[in-house]
Amino acid sequence: MTRLEQTFARIRSNGHPGLVTYITAGDPDLDRTAGILRALDRAGADVLEVGVPFSDPLADGPVIQRATERALASGTTLSGVLDLLRTIRGDIRAPIVIFSYANPILRLGSERFADRARDAGVDGVLILDLPIEEADESRTMLTQRGIDTILLLSPTTTDERLRRAAELGSGFLYAISRLGVTGARDALAAGAQDMVERIRRVSDLPVALGFGISKPDHVREVGRWADAAVVGSSLVDVIAREGTSADLNTRVEEYVRWLKS
Amino acid sequence: MPETLVAPIEELTAGYYAARDDEAFCDELDGLLKHYVGRPTPLYEARNLAGTAGGAGGDVRVFLKREDLTHTGAHKINNALGQALLAKRMGKRRVVAETGAGQHGVATATACALLGLECRVYMGTEDMRRQALNVVRMQLLGATVHGVEAGSKTLKDAINEAMRDWVANVHDTYYLLGSALGPHPYPLMVREFQSVIGRESRAQILEQAGRLPDVVVACVGGGSNAIGIFDAFLDDTSVRLIGVEAGGEKIAPGRHAARFAGGSAGVLQGTRTYVLQDEAGNIELTHSISAGLDYAAVGPEHAWLRELGRTEYAYITDTEALDGFKTLARTEGILPALESSHAIAYTMQLIPTLKPGTIVLVNLSGRGDKDVQTVMDAMK
Repeated sequence: MTRLEQTFARIRSNGHPGLVTYITAGDPDLDRTAGILRALDRAGADVLEVGVPFSDPLADGPVIQRATERALASGTTLSGVLDLLRTIRGDIRAPIVIFSYANPILRLGSERFADRARDAGVDGVLILDLPIEEADESRTMLTQRGIDTILLLSPTTTDERLRRAAELGSGFLYAISRLGVTGARDALAAGAQDMVERIRRVSDLPVALGFGISKPDHVREVGRWADAAVVGSSLVDVIAREGTSADLNTRVEEYVRWLKS
Repeated sequence: MPETLVAPIEELTAGYYAARDDEAFCDELDGLLKHYVGRPTPLYEARNLAGTAGGAGGDVRVFLKREDLTHTGAHKINNALGQALLAKRMGKRRVVAETGAGQHGVATATACALLGLECRVYMGTEDMRRQALNVVRMQLLGATVHGVEAGSKTLKDAINEAMRDWVANVHDTYYLLGSALGPHPYPLMVREFQSVIGRESRAQILEQAGRLPDVVVACVGGGSNAIGIFDAFLDDTSVRLIGVEAGGEKIAPGRHAARFAGGSAGVLQGTRTYVLQDEAGNIELTHSISAGLDYAAVGPEHAWLRELGRTEYAYITDTEALDGFKTLARTEGILPALESSHAIAYTMQLIPTLKPGTIVLVNLSGRGDKDVQTVMDAMK
């Protein structure tokens, strides 16, 4: 069993909704990213998504775009992120998922990336602009190294593609709850539950639902039909506000405990 | 390509394949191209330009394909009308587009005004500054122009923002991409809508010169005007096809947009092609005096044709392009767009190396009225 499988088995057996957290690595810099990841783990985040900053984040809304700009300005690269994870992996219990656009990975080389991700103790990889049809090579290399390939599903994904994703994905499936870019919203998307139920009909893989989740109510609501909720922009927003403060890690920890309350 | 766009792109592909097999659709587009756009555009022999180029100059024949004389002043209208008709056929009521120099934005705003579609154009704020006239033209045509502050504030950033809009509004919105870029079917569809340039040129030069050209020259940003004129000559292996990229200030990171001179294979905005990028895979900033060539990736069909050895690519610097602009104005009484000035300037350099009697066909993709302010500033 991979670490992601164990984590979701535990979430399913204890009945509480899981929480997947997203942060942009290198925002405000990689040193502080190390502290933030430890804080998230201490606060009980179940899966840590580590975003790799990319110059052209076309699937992201303004909050993560700004985080990306800060991370790039601090000199963050995919290679630097992998080095950091390798250093701190031993301190962190939760599974770690790399969340990246395709080009930085292609530039490093798919095989070299897979090797270095294994060495860094990465548990899963999600490449958000690589369609299922083109993910074969990357998936094979990751699978050979015991790393899960996390696939994204959107409300516009057809049932046929859902089935294919269910066959090819592992670890968990990441469902986008709404059309549009990343970003916190006041209310959950109306079709979110239908979306998860559509996935449930074709797959037994755990489902994490993201895009627009920012409150404990959202997390509890999502937990009724999905295995976990993904919180990204609203957490990145906390980091943006507290980035230079000495209380950064405390604030992050409090925020995650509040979300899980 | 993000998963959210996969289904809309499949819908677009099916919609386009159905439209191009539909006689009524093709007839409507042909009618608009003839009576609204003013096609066919003239093929003009520029004897004065050839004469000033030196060397065997006077004995080389240069023909200009006058896309600058289309309605709205650039080749962009060929594609904008085709896709706007397609949007309507697919039942979309709203169109989003990106623009660099503003020519595609103006063409899209024009097509939307004509066909009764709501139009929103994304444009980098740096481009809005240098192409202020085109911003007003789009607004007068009823489009909303949305400034994009991200990144280099140019075309690439406008495409990101247009795609974000499309992702959020796929049900009623059509993304009218202006160059031979992006995911399939865009490179194919844009080439097919622009291939009218090559078809006309080929027939016209056979009539006027009695034979095929030896060389075809066109500027390449995303590469739609170039692929449009090259397309008709791809099987004529005696014809050299040369694309001219923007050399900017010089070939150094951030100072140019010559992808074949300084780029490598990468993925940007749904296209795998030659891209200007750094060691970490981030896209580099670009520079060109011409907003329409100021983009970090080249159309994938250009990359493919180059790999096959069918096309060649060169670059022209800002200074050389300005010389081309001035020379064409003085010798022929034509103000070319700064984008097209790259093709003119390259042709001027090429002529002295050619044998007498050589025929060069140049795509004069747009007119230069929009660039007068930029040229004035550069001449100060």
